[in-house]
Amino acid sequence: MLTINNVEVMYDKVILVLKGMSMVVPKGKIVALLGSNGAGKTTTLKAISGLLKSENGEVTDGFIELYGERIDVNDAETIVKKGIFQCMEGRRVFKHLSVEDNLIAGAHTRKDRKNIKSDIQKVYHYFPKLEMLKHRQAGYLSGGEQQMLAIGRGIMAKPKVLLLDEPSLGLAPLLVKEIFSIIKKINKEEGTTILVVEQNANVALSIADYGYIMENGRIVMDGTVDRLLSNQDVREFYLGMGDKGRKSYKDIKSYKRRKRWL
Amino acid sequence: MTFLLQMIVTGIVVGSVYALVALGFVLIYKSSDAINFAQGEFLLIGTYVCLTLITAYNIPFVAALLIALMFSAVLGFVIERIVLRPFIGEPVISMIMATIGLSSVLAGIVHIIWGHETRVFPKIFSEKPVNLGEIVIAPVYLWSLLIVVVMLVIFTLFFKYSKLGIAMRATADDQQAAMSMGISVKMIFAVAWAIAAIVSAVGGILLGNINGVNASLSAIGLKVLPVAILGGLDSIPGAIIGGLIIGILESLTGGYLDPLVGGGLKEVMPFVILVFILMFKPYGLFGKKEIERV
Ligand SMILES: Nc1ncnc2c1ncn2[C@@H]1O[C@H](COP(=O)(O)OP(=O)(O)OP(=O)(O)O)[C@@H](O)[C@H]1O
Ligand SMILES: [Mg+2]
Repeated sequence: MLTINNVEVMYDKVILVLKGMSMVVPKGKIVALLGSNGAGKTTTLKAISGLLKSENGEVTDGFIELYGERIDVNDAETIVKKGIFQCMEGRRVFKHLSVEDNLIAGAHTRKDRKNIKSDIQKVYHYFPKLEMLKHRQAGYLSGGEQQMLAIGRGIMAKPKVLLLDEPSLGLAPLLVKEIFSIIKKINKEEGTTILVVEQNANVALSIADYGYIMENGRIVMDGTVDRLLSNQDVREFYLGMGDKGRKSYKDIKSYKRRKRWL
Repeated sequence: MTFLLQMIVTGIVVGSVYALVALGFVLIYKSSDAINFAQGEFLLIGTYVCLTLITAYNIPFVAALLIALMFSAVLGFVIERIVLRPFIGEPVISMIMATIGLSSVLAGIVHIIWGHETRVFPKIFSEKPVNLGEIVIAPVYLWSLLIVVVMLVIFTLFFKYSKLGIAMRATADDQQAAMSMGISVKMIFAVAWAIAAIVSAVGGILLGNINGVNASLSAIGLKVLPVAILGGLDSIPGAIIGGLIIGILESLTGGYLDPLVGGGLKEVMPFVILVFILMFKPYGLFGKKEIERV
């Protein structure tokens, strides 16, 4: 179980981005973290994975725990070793490495090197397309294939918790559906706990057990998927399913202003 | 004709040593985008350590070579740690300036310890020339070529297949993504510096066996910069081919043009070629094409 408790994050010692962020990711579940651009979703994931430090960001208050053990003080490699693996926004495959070398790099912290061959096969089982491309330079893969590879690297690391940052980014709707069904499958078959950040609330909630909605550096709403789906505000602003037709921009602004005081 | 062949063979041997040393530049450039101007001093120190072990302590050549390489690796590691690590995340130019400073400091230390007179390696390889068809070649050249080839093969396999080699290539591609795999980027930098120090030392020891050792040997460090740039600075095969091209052209210039102009042309040839090639291929012969498809 991953706990984020009242975390404050600052970049460059002055830019306060997370302002008392709290959430819980229970073992074996899929949790969706939703929110508009700039809400601080990526920053939350980087705070968990320790990648913040490479961007001059810092957790200045609160704490993050994995199974009761504080990890916000660790550096990125230690956190990967402890079992948290982040698939970064924008896929970030190693462009000049072959698909298979990318997968091997994903397994970098694994101690059981002899199982790596069979785990590569496992990735090919989830993403059969990658097997046909295994000797191809990753930079030449299509966006969808690169996303598969990015998640494949995550499988190779055998993490307890997999953090996915906008896996739907820039992909065609059909492919988004396919990738999310595979994410669900990984969660089921490998027992991997998953925290998925998404703009595309519809698809994220379709596989999640629980959802958090963040605005402006903190959580403004959370609940089971059913509860979120039945909530009027969520339907309107995140799922685009307003019952009373489109609201004007002014109303949305006032909504945001109201939420800020929560 | 025989003379031409002779020159070419000499060029290949010297060029292969250049290629090996250039590999050091390439590794550091690939991992941290910096150019290490202290490479020539790395070369000199490794060579002097090996020479001192042989002459002052009577250690056999192979053992002395291995100890010198280990010493170089540690030196590279330590220098990365104390001199360069503070510059991670700073503009690359600061790191490059630091290597220039480092180069002067190391040159000073070498001068204090070993002075500046030319020393020669005791005869390690047999001096009986080998006849290859019409050309005659000293065994030290053949051994050098063999050692370089073996090292290049080892490094190629290392980068292609080993866990650390793959991690090094991954880090060169995308540092932050590499961190997200749990790769210790600091460790990768340190290894790159250690390997750079090793290949420099081997290069220095081989050339030292051919030409003798004095402080001017460190100029090789600068001379192989054109080799690395020619090869594209980030390409290992590029460094190898760049090394061979420069080695052969240098040797031919020395053999055919220097007698006409009274010498000296050989030394500037690598730089002339460099300027010439960069006019047509600004990224070098094998520079990395940025793959852009997002
Ligand atoms: N390295 C950084 N230095 C300074 N500010 C940053 C840095 N990274 C992010 N920020 C700022 O933090 C805020 C939150 O950014 P973040 O990337 O976490 O948002 P996000 O919710 O992931 O948005 P998106 O959906 O667009 O990816 C933004 O205002 C951004 O400008
Ligand atoms: Mg983001």
